[in-house]
Amino acid sequence: MTSSPKTYNRTAISLHWLVALGIAGTLSLGFYMSDLPFSPAKLQYYSWHKWAGVTIFALALFRLLWRAIHGAPAAPAGMPAWQHAAAEWTHRLLYVLMLAIPLSGWLMSSAKGFQTVYFGVLPIPDLIGKDPELGHSLTELHELLNFGMLGLVLMHAGAAFKHHLIDRDDVLARMLPFLKKS
Amino acid sequence: MKLHSAALALGLLVSLSAGAAEYSQLLADKSALGFTYKQMNVPVEGSFKRFKAQLAFDPAQPAKASAAFDIEVASIDVGSAEGNGEVGGKLWFNTAAFPTARFVSSAVKPLGNSRFEVAGKLSIKGRTQDVVAPVSFKQDGANGVFEGVLPIKRADFGIGEGMWADFGTVANEVQIRFRLVAAAKK
Repeated sequence: MTSSPKTYNRTAISLHWLVALGIAGTLSLGFYMSDLPFSPAKLQYYSWHKWAGVTIFALALFRLLWRAIHGAPAAPAGMPAWQHAAAEWTHRLLYVLMLAIPLSGWLMSSAKGFQTVYFGVLPIPDLIGKDPELGHSLTELHELLNFGMLGLVLMHAGAAFKHHLIDRDDVLARMLPFLKKS
Repeated sequence: MKLHSAALALGLLVSLSAGAAEYSQLLADKSALGFTYKQMNVPVEGSFKRFKAQLAFDPAQPAKASAAFDIEVASIDVGSAEGNGEVGGKLWFNTAAFPTARFVSSAVKPLGNSRFEVAGKLSIKGRTQDVVAPVSFKQDGANGVFEGVLPIKRADFGIGEGMWADFGTVANEVQIRFRLVAAAKK
């Protein structure tokens, strides 16, 4: 990693919000579609959800690469050590889940006997064969990881608002440049 | 060596006697009747667990062969528990009104090289269509093995009506795949 820059560059900011939007949409669709009665629309939603998941996985990988090359700005001076640690681990876990959730979804789909075909065009190989019992376990794992994501995102957003409204530092403005006071 | 040549001789004898025999008894536990379809362009495998057949196939007289199948439609597995819960309903197979699908052969044309073209009538959900299936035959010990793929269009049989009639999610084309193992009548 290079020495920390003062702020996030435009690519990092765009990727952050793109993935945030993607996660919000895909996660909501996931919870919505799973309780729907069987219908063509439901089958479509499942495919869209999988395509979105593959996209988020690819974007998350690209973000990690981008971050490794360009670095991320340091935390504001004088931030307590526990907040440092909390921020560090929240970010790490967010990245872990951005990769683990699509992976678990892909495996779960294979175990249920449905290959993932990206945009209905690009078949993604099945790593595991059809196994309904494993499919059930992976479904529960996928759901559990998503509740973890929901919790982490709440912490992440809550901390950002706390920095902006209580600490009145530039942590949120680094990701939302229009908030900058200058 | 002696044992080996004895086994060879026995094998030859078995295949000779089998060659003269007529394959007529379907070995259900060795046979499989499956199908492949596409759902959102994703290939999905399904199968029928229970079916009966009356077969008559003499490799020496293939043109005289005949086949008739009765398939218990409710024994279908479309590849997912959720799909299986739906597929017996009126929009799909309506198994309450049409519990049995049937294929009856009308003509068998030898194509050479143990390949045949089997023409016949396929009835599903009360609708009958003329179909032609390429079938290959091979001997497996004392048994005869018939394999083939029969492409059909689900709409021809009204499989998937109403909201499912559109082919955008579930494709019209369905490949029926069969591997039938039959014993020779002694």
